[in-house]
Amino acid sequence: MEDWVITAENLTKVYKMGEVEVHALRGVSLKIKRGEVVAIMGPSGSGKSTIMNILGCLDRPTSGEYILDGEVVQSLNDDQLADIRNRKVGFVFQSFNLLPRQTSLANVELPLRYAGMTSGRKERARASLEAVGLGDRMLHRPTELSGGQQQRVAIARALVNNPAIIMADEPTGNLDSKVGQEIMDLLLGLNRDKGTTLILVTHDPKIGAQAQRTIRLIDGLVEDGA
Amino acid sequence: MNLWQSILEALESLAANKMRSGLTILGIVIGVAAVIAMLAVGTGAQDTITGSISGIGTNLLFVFRSRDDSIRNPKPLTLGDADAIADPFQAPSVEAVAPILDGSATISYGGEMTRATLDGVTPAYFSVRNYTVVEGDYITEEHILGRASVALVGPELADTLFGRHDGITGETIRIEGQPFRVIGVLEAKGGGMMGSQDNVALVPFSTAQTRLLRRSPQDRVDVIFVQAVSADLVSQAANEIADILRTRHRTPIGADDFTVFSQEDFVQTAETITGVLTIFLGGIAGISLLVGGIGIMNIMLVSVTERTREIGLRKALGARKRDILIQFLTESSLLSMIGGLVGILVGWGIATLVEVIAANSGTPFATSIGLDAVLLATIFSAAVGLFFGIYPANRAANLEPVEALRYE
Ligand SMILES: Nc1ncnc2c1ncn2[C@@H]1O[C@H](COP(=O)(O)OP(=O)(O)O)[C@@H](O)[C@H]1O
Ligand SMILES: [Mg+2]
Repeated sequence: MEDWVITAENLTKVYKMGEVEVHALRGVSLKIKRGEVVAIMGPSGSGKSTIMNILGCLDRPTSGEYILDGEVVQSLNDDQLADIRNRKVGFVFQSFNLLPRQTSLANVELPLRYAGMTSGRKERARASLEAVGLGDRMLHRPTELSGGQQQRVAIARALVNNPAIIMADEPTGNLDSKVGQEIMDLLLGLNRDKGTTLILVTHDPKIGAQAQRTIRLIDGLVEDGA
Repeated sequence: MNLWQSILEALESLAANKMRSGLTILGIVIGVAAVIAMLAVGTGAQDTITGSISGIGTNLLFVFRSRDDSIRNPKPLTLGDADAIADPFQAPSVEAVAPILDGSATISYGGEMTRATLDGVTPAYFSVRNYTVVEGDYITEEHILGRASVALVGPELADTLFGRHDGITGETIRIEGQPFRVIGVLEAKGGGMMGSQDNVALVPFSTAQTRLLRRSPQDRVDVIFVQAVSADLVSQAANEIADILRTRHRTPIGADDFTVFSQEDFVQTAETITGVLTIFLGGIAGISLLVGGIGIMNIMLVSVTERTREIGLRKALGARKRDILIQFLTESSLLSMIGGLVGILVGWGIATLVEVIAANSGTPFATSIGLDAVLLATIFSAAVGLFFGIYPANRAANLEPVEALRYE
């Protein structure tokens, strides 16, 4: 029997804008194995970010079933979803999303604080920063770091709680191709060493080609790869 | 997340906008300082007034004619009434009785002329009213019998007439044109509720009765001061006095033509009046605290809007509603509590300033900041921060993570 970390069945998402309904997802079913590297690709507006937000428990589907690492997500309340995000999911965003006035260390510590961890946070955060090669940038603030370094801090933050999955929505979108490739190497290395499942959203074929599998979305439906 | 961490983080984020935080705090500072200063001045006024009433004497009762117009055939108070109250068999709870005639007169010395309170008193007056002379002698029984042309003057009157209030015993002043020898100077009593108690001249009762403050019938008195044997017996004495006067005046039940008022009654009346005044002033000051609270709400709403993305990110990283709620409530409470603490200090400064100004203008006045006022201000300002912080914090806590993250 396969070890599915994600099982999604017939997910739909409808955005209501006044009278107009936007069907961002029209029935998406997909499964992802533990330890897999999956790229979600498709043209702009095809629903990539929408499915990513639902898989990351940031948003709820309009209908459909979703099981993440054994948890039946559609039956959970807001606080339980927050808890799932905290323990099982690490996010990497296109625009890094670091707290601008906090040091790298404080940024990486944040998920541990929301996990209710009271001691040993600094050590864990430090180890995580060392794992992304920023052992010498602990006390820098985001404005004192390059884009690549900021994204590394974000990856350290995503890793710090040992999540089952890392979800990265266009993680290289704001970086030039050389630095983008470094970030990809880092993410793929983490997958290799720790077995963390990696789901990437990208529209860059060179990035997508590095995944083990590509799920292609068009107009809210899976074209192939699921 | 522990409390200390939340406070540190809140302080950091307030410090990031020093100007804005400072102005918001200022709103609370003004409110709290106003409340503290108003309560301090109000309580001070109360203490001063009740103090001046207590200074009149101890275990005192005042007997007046009733001002009630509906009473038929009211009889005035007379010396006979005073004598009856002084009778230890009829009124065992009464220690001493001092009837007075109370009026005013034109008093002159050399080229100086002024108007002052003029009272005709008996020797008992001084012990009953707890009055002492700083120089010279008291009015005696001989002065009464001889209707002597002697007077005791208050220090303020002495200053007006002589430019000093010592070494004037033996001088001759004119009261309504008649010569009176000054036999002494009264101690200073300070300002009372009814104006200065020191712009006064005291003359023997019989002298006033026959020559200065003529009344009809001739043995009429204006006020009878009565001293009870002890504090416990004040109300007992009041009952005895009322019984005596009802019998002597033959008044029907419930239609007394006199009023017996105790010092305690005066204190209570004064406390009621100043209490209402204090609450009124405090209430007005409280409104400014409310305005300060609305300032907090305003700033917190702006802050929530500005930090929408931050809130979205925190939620993505696992912050629950409660975490976000606490974060923003901590900020608003800190704003108001810092404002509260500074406000208490500023209010205390204002109260002290009022004291200094009062002292310099010759009416010493002690303001008093009670622990209750400080507690009230602290609790109230914290409550303002919480109350006006709840709406913005709730708004932040209820943001949808995806929407918040997308916010530009
Ligand atoms: N909050 C929203 N309100 C209304 N429509 C939305 C919202 N978010 C996304 N959409 C619409 O849903 C569709 C899919 O969007 P998205 O998942 O962001 O696409 P992608 O990430 O593939 O570019 C688009 O047509 C987009 O306009
Ligand atoms: Mg997108």
